[in-house]
Amino acid sequence: MATTVTPPRQRKREVLDRAVIRFCGDSGDGMQITGSQFTNTVAIYGNDLATLPDFPAEIRAPAGTLPGVSGFQVHFSSNDVYTPGDSVDALIAMNPAALKMNLADLKPNGILIANLDEFGETDLRKAQMTSNPLEDHSLDGFRLFSVELTKLTRAALRDLGLDSKSVDRCKNFFALGMCYWLYNRSMDGTLRWIDDKFKSKPLLVQANKLAMQAGYSYCEATEAFQITYEIPPAKLAPGVYRNISGNTALAMGFVAASQQSGLPLFLGSYPITPASDILHELSGYKNFGVITFQAEDEIAAVTAAIGAAYGGSLALTTTSGPGMALKTEAIGLAVAVELPLVICDIQRGGPSTGLPTKTEQADLLQALFGRNSEAPVPVLAPSTPGDCFWIALEASRIATKYMVPVIILSDGYLANGAEPWHVPSLKDLPEFPVKFETNPADFRPFRRNPRTLARPWAVPGTPGLEHRIGGLEKQDVTGNVNYEPLNHEKMVRLRAEKVAAVVQDVPDAVPVGDASGDLLIVAWGSTYGPVTAALKAQREKGAKIGHVHLRYLNPLPKNLGDVIGRYDRVLVPEMNLGQLLMLLRAKYLVDAQGLNKIQGKPFKQSEIERKIEQILAER
Amino acid sequence: MATATLPPLAKKDFQTDQEIRWCPGCGDYAILSAVQSVFPELGVPREKFVVISGIGCSSRFPYYMNTFGFHTIHGRAPAVATGLKVSRPDLEVWVITGDGDSLSIGGNHTIHMLRRNIGLKVLMFNNRIYGLTKGQYSPTSEIGKKTKSTPFGASDRPFNPIALALGAEATFVARSVDVFQPHLKAILKTAASHQGSAYIEILQNCNIFNDGAWDSLTERDARSEHIVQLEHGKPLIFGKNRDKGIRLNGLKLEVVQLGNGIGEKDLLVHDEHNPSPTYSFLLAHMGETEGFPTPIGVFRSVEAPRYEDLVNSQIQEIQAKRGHGDLEKLLRAGDTWEVRA
Ligand SMILES: Cc1ncc(C[n+]2csc(CCOP(=O)(O)OP(=O)(O)O)c2C)c(N)n1
Ligand code: SF4
Ligand SMILES: [Mg+2]
Repeated sequence: MATTVTPPRQRKREVLDRAVIRFCGDSGDGMQITGSQFTNTVAIYGNDLATLPDFPAEIRAPAGTLPGVSGFQVHFSSNDVYTPGDSVDALIAMNPAALKMNLADLKPNGILIANLDEFGETDLRKAQMTSNPLEDHSLDGFRLFSVELTKLTRAALRDLGLDSKSVDRCKNFFALGMCYWLYNRSMDGTLRWIDDKFKSKPLLVQANKLAMQAGYSYCEATEAFQITYEIPPAKLAPGVYRNISGNTALAMGFVAASQQSGLPLFLGSYPITPASDILHELSGYKNFGVITFQAEDEIAAVTAAIGAAYGGSLALTTTSGPGMALKTEAIGLAVAVELPLVICDIQRGGPSTGLPTKTEQADLLQALFGRNSEAPVPVLAPSTPGDCFWIALEASRIATKYMVPVIILSDGYLANGAEPWHVPSLKDLPEFPVKFETNPADFRPFRRNPRTLARPWAVPGTPGLEHRIGGLEKQDVTGNVNYEPLNHEKMVRLRAEKVAAVVQDVPDAVPVGDASGDLLIVAWGSTYGPVTAALKAQREKGAKIGHVHLRYLNPLPKNLGDVIGRYDRVLVPEMNLGQLLMLLRAKYLVDAQGLNKIQGKPFKQSEIERKIEQILAER
Repeated sequence: MATATLPPLAKKDFQTDQEIRWCPGCGDYAILSAVQSVFPELGVPREKFVVISGIGCSSRFPYYMNTFGFHTIHGRAPAVATGLKVSRPDLEVWVITGDGDSLSIGGNHTIHMLRRNIGLKVLMFNNRIYGLTKGQYSPTSEIGKKTKSTPFGASDRPFNPIALALGAEATFVARSVDVFQPHLKAILKTAASHQGSAYIEILQNCNIFNDGAWDSLTERDARSEHIVQLEHGKPLIFGKNRDKGIRLNGLKLEVVQLGNGIGEKDLLVHDEHNPSPTYSFLLAHMGETEGFPTPIGVFRSVEAPRYEDLVNSQIQEIQAKRGHGDLEKLLRAGDTWEVRA
């Protein structure tokens, strides 16, 4: 092991345009905090970035075991970043289990920092390893640094008088300090964060700071580290930036929508991974007048939201697949009574409980068709974490304009992944003030706006507007219960036409890349990053390809068929078995082909590139 | 506004032009009539009333009330009403439900509504049967009950709705009967003035699928022997000659014959404000015990904080402390950095 200390020589500093690093360890090792701290620091420095947190469904699987491994990957660059990175340049592995689970993604000759103190015989056994990889030369293809992270942390904190458990918990900050040194980053941001986080526990403030500084100095002093890296800031558009994850962006988007519509915000929700953070965030925004109702189940969550919508709130319910399944009957009610409602489905792996913490896009058909009878709703999908903010505003605008429930399909990757976000100023936000019906003269609860087909929003408490609504079939205009055959067909068609009319608000599809050519990629949701990166790379190699990324899945842009017709082939990459693919084939009679990955993980850029090359080679 | 000159509301102001579709003779008519008589007397402008129901014969109710009304989905009325009431505490929200709607599919929402003590008035029409789906047994049908879906008799034990509501710590629990109009109206008025959730079981006759389910209580001859009226501050006396009473003996109730040295002073005096639900619980189970009368009236009426008040005052407190939310600030919260041109 190359840990002998000799006087430091002049170190080499290499300037790179990008780097991908991954922290991995046991769930109890604080890898998510370590990763987010590193992310914040590079963001504030001005790099573009994307992150991929990856944690187990179990809160604490037995320490040191394979199911307990938690990881956090960040890709940062002086250029545009579209994905968290296909493979990693530097891997920090806190134990053998983490090493075993993550090594496959480390680039040849990549940096590997391992916590030597955790590679004893029992540790290896817990990770089901028979030989010590730090010693058996299986890691010879990497730049291995075996560091006594635990012992060095203990030594650094020896004089604090802190209990040994708390001391050992600081070793992630020792590793973080090493990474700051390695990538030439200032520790200031994290020092400030530590001050704030452990405000009430001064001893922990000292301990975490000391551990991080010790990690930094260790690299400085150790002969082993001969190179540091520099990734200059990216050339982002001028403005104010912050890091944002999809769930935070959704929460803020709804607060903004409440303000821009002039309606109080009501959230009905029942906790479920990976949607709970929206509930957590919004429950903190009481000063915006937000009511958050943690219901007894998802059915109560959505029906309470419908009750709030009936009373004139901007009503929202948030969930993931299993909760979506429970809400279906109530969404049908909202369709029937034509009340505005926004439903966020933060998709995760299924069926059933499936992969609670992993990402997937397999609820598309459920969102579009998963209700009894003909119950169409507009469906929108954000493409990046930052886009979640805008999609929240857009869904709220459409819901209130057309008096219709709107589904937002986000996913686990967007929900937890972060990116630098250009903070808009208030004047850039759309205003969509909502007017309730107040005129009792000749009031009819289902008389429609001729352009949008929306019915009036007549909230209880308005004199002269007393009327009844319900899930039974009704007559148009009067809203009276009506079971006549032709009336039913008329109403079914009307509700469908109303949703189809939303196309007025859907911008035409404008392909990125070539406007016509050999191949069009049609995608939606969180595949935006890898598709964009793959398209760029392939076009640089001369391929004639375009990319349409659908934010509106219902209704689809009205020119989509024309756009598809301008290319020889169509590829639809999805994290499901081909759901959008099926829709496009049915709707446009196009022989599109799918690229399908259902592993709970986002696409890699290279996976999409390989498919593009394969299709283009077939010609 | 010339509100002062508005004529007072009358029963007809709460009737709609919709054709009523209950079977002739259904107990629901009497309940509708009682509600339409009581609403004008509550001093609430008509537009502030909202009637929300689930699914069932009983749940057709809102269509016949000239107020704001919402016929929702099976079992979910308490949740819809909760969302409305917490976001619009200015409204008077009444929930109409059945024994199936409230205690089967909506059982979860029922107990959580009561636990929260949100200011909803709930009228549960108990006909001990699924009316709308044409006569299957319900969670209040008696064991052994033969219905379409239990040709050899039901094997499940029924719920006692009053005991269930008390178990959820409901702050107002009462029982009345469709055909006891003055009693029913009085109970509705009392419930209207209660702060918090009010759960009222209304014994209702479904003359098509479960005719006579409550006959032993409602038939003129049997009535006084089988029913005891709960009146706050009064001893529990019943019987055609008002010669029987209920006495508390340790933790048990017993029926006693008045006279022979036993007088009113020995009887249990009803205290609807008794903070302990145990007391109301004893009363709740009386009707199921051989030889005991079934109580009607208010079992429990106690004060507790209301959900909608707690939620909205928390918002006000935070706004007073931190000021109203500033969106610009929210967007820029946390670590930000500026990229210059
Ligand atoms: C989700 C759902 N399941 C089943 C039904 C069918 N259904 C309608 S009403 C009802 C039972 C009604 O019984 P109750 O609540 O006692 O009302 P009643 O008709 O007796 O007044 C059932 C099972 C439904 N409408 N929706
Ligand atoms: S079926 Fe029974 S409960 Fe339903 S309307 Fe007829 S009598 Fe009334
Ligand atoms: Mg019934």
